[in-house]
Amino acid sequence: MLLHPAIMALLLLSLLVTAMLLPAALFALQILRHWNMQSGSARQLALERKTYLISTLLTWVFTAELLSLFLFIYSAEALSGQFVGAMCATGVLNINAWGWPTLWLKIVTFFAGSLWLIMNQLDNHGYDFPLIRQKYILLLLIVPLLLAGGYSQLSFFSALNPEVITSCCGSLFSADAQGVAAELSGIAPKNALLMLTVAALILCVTAYLVLKQGTRLTALAFSITALLFFAIALSAIVSAVALYIYQHPHHHCPFCLLKAGHHYSGYLLYLPLFVATALALPLPFIARCQAIPSLSATAHRWVKQLSRSSLALYLLFLVIVLLEIAASPLRLLSQ
Amino acid sequence: MNHFFSRQRYLIDYTLASLLRRKGKHATLLLIYTLVIALLASVMLFTEALRQESQLLLSDAPEIVLQRQIAGRHALVPVDYLEKIGTIRGTHQIEGRLWGYHYDATIKANYTVMASEEHALTNSEIIIGATLARSRGVAVGDMLSLSAADGGTFVFTIKALLPSTSELVSSDLVLMTPHALRLTLGIPEGFYTDVIIAVRNPREMQKVAAKLIERLPDSRPILRDEILRTYEAVFAWRQGVVLLLLVTTVLAFIIFAWDRASGLSAEERREIGILKAVGWEIGDILQMKFWEGTIISLSAFLTGYLIAYLHVFYGNASLFAPVLKGWATLYPDFRLYPVIDALQLTTLFCFTVIPYAVATLVPTWRSAITDPEEVMR
Repeated sequence: MLLHPAIMALLLLSLLVTAMLLPAALFALQILRHWNMQSGSARQLALERKTYLISTLLTWVFTAELLSLFLFIYSAEALSGQFVGAMCATGVLNINAWGWPTLWLKIVTFFAGSLWLIMNQLDNHGYDFPLIRQKYILLLLIVPLLLAGGYSQLSFFSALNPEVITSCCGSLFSADAQGVAAELSGIAPKNALLMLTVAALILCVTAYLVLKQGTRLTALAFSITALLFFAIALSAIVSAVALYIYQHPHHHCPFCLLKAGHHYSGYLLYLPLFVATALALPLPFIARCQAIPSLSATAHRWVKQLSRSSLALYLLFLVIVLLEIAASPLRLLSQ
Repeated sequence: MNHFFSRQRYLIDYTLASLLRRKGKHATLLLIYTLVIALLASVMLFTEALRQESQLLLSDAPEIVLQRQIAGRHALVPVDYLEKIGTIRGTHQIEGRLWGYHYDATIKANYTVMASEEHALTNSEIIIGATLARSRGVAVGDMLSLSAADGGTFVFTIKALLPSTSELVSSDLVLMTPHALRLTLGIPEGFYTDVIIAVRNPREMQKVAAKLIERLPDSRPILRDEILRTYEAVFAWRQGVVLLLLVTTVLAFIIFAWDRASGLSAEERREIGILKAVGWEIGDILQMKFWEGTIISLSAFLTGYLIAYLHVFYGNASLFAPVLKGWATLYPDFRLYPVIDALQLTTLFCFTVIPYAVATLVPTWRSAITDPEEVMR
């Protein structure tokens, strides 16, 4: 284990998250067993009071998780100086088998956590806590994810061995290698950008439908398109956008973008993309809540607000992509 | 949306007024909070600046330094080694270096003596570092005598002082001609202290190093990247150790904050009771308390960071300097360049604000669920 301050901070965060999560999970079980809005018993009263504590607790848990996703990527980037062969976060994540799973778990937790937070916020708008059961079932599903993430992170850091010679982005993200990363890098930039454009058009159409009708079906369509757009955008970053930013026709790394040398342009790209997706994913669920009497007005408003903000962020992402391409002296599409 | 923001504004307004009403109680907490943050931030800012400094220095260092070893000890390199290296592909600019240490009994310190052909020195002239000049009390034009390896004494004229901007490396440096150095340190003709090798393509460094060992089995190539990696690790580790020691401080602070938040005065309980009686809900009180925590944390964080900044970059980090930078008799007197990065700030935030927030969560909630009729009775 390396005694790096960022690693210590990450482990501390994961310890705090676990410490807050376990009582929350126990409480979730109590809610599922005993919650009864009609009852005026002492137990029900205590449960109602405790929901405030638990939802504040969980807001902190997910904020801490968001912070730890950022810190994890950033510290992987910062640690790259200490390992032979590592030039950016890719090299550090490659050091042992736990690096990538930790990153994926953190990303999945980010989306699950934002879903929970939006649900919780919506639930607070209904006087009778209409979503309380769904909310805590979702929480019980998230708990294993978070614990797995914490365990995976601990294993990753404790197995960090500076003696290992790791391979970095140059070999992982190259068209000649094997695996998903190589496949992504192998997509021709032209095709990737074409796909991104088509996906953006479909996204605009579904967004228009949601804003016009706001039904469950259109919300579902928008959500699915948003998810597809997210995947296509990530692959477009690897196969095309990164090339423009590095001004190099063969450098595909999605992490070197986060370096100061490239003006931190990665944060500009990833932040709107991730937040937009986090806003788009809960839409079908919120659209379904329009049928609940105490939430119908709020849910109706939220469907429109969220889809509008999500679309705006996706468009912002596209604008940034276009600006990066326009600003780069590299030309890939002219031939 | 507008409704949301104006609501938060009113809450902040109320919180600020309520904080100012009980200045005394919050002042102690704020003071300790600020000190804890200042302490942790000083360690981080200082090591980060040192790390940056070492990286800047080493970026101009030669790619490979080749030493010769006999019986595991450093030995002088014969001139014909240079020719042998010259035939390795990928290398250019191979140079033998002449340098060594010289113990000066008058100030009980080691000088680093180096041969230089750039400064057009004559055999009786030297250029010295600023710290050395200070501790010997000499200036440009003065004489400085150095005892030679054979027992004799050489007297040199100081031609110039090295600029103090490079003091971190040049504080104890003495530059003289190769001939004068051979006489002073007793290095025979035909030998060098070590050899520096420039490699054009950084990816070939490992290969060149391997070839060097193969061709000159008694040599030890030291790569610049290796030194850089070691420095990175050493500074991160030192910072980690000090932070680990300071974790106890953070822990003590957390317990203090927890205690403070749970021990509500009768007056505060009354206030919450009244708020609830006039229609505030548990959620509103929690939000008010959230803003209270945010205001305190933000003030402590900013002030603490500012204090740390002043301590490190204007007060020379006098509290930690001996532990974190190491020591020497002729210690350089240098000015660090401020480095602030997001990783540092986030790490500090995770070490202080998040634990504080978590520690005050349960006591805050407990105060928020107070029954109005119970406290106002």
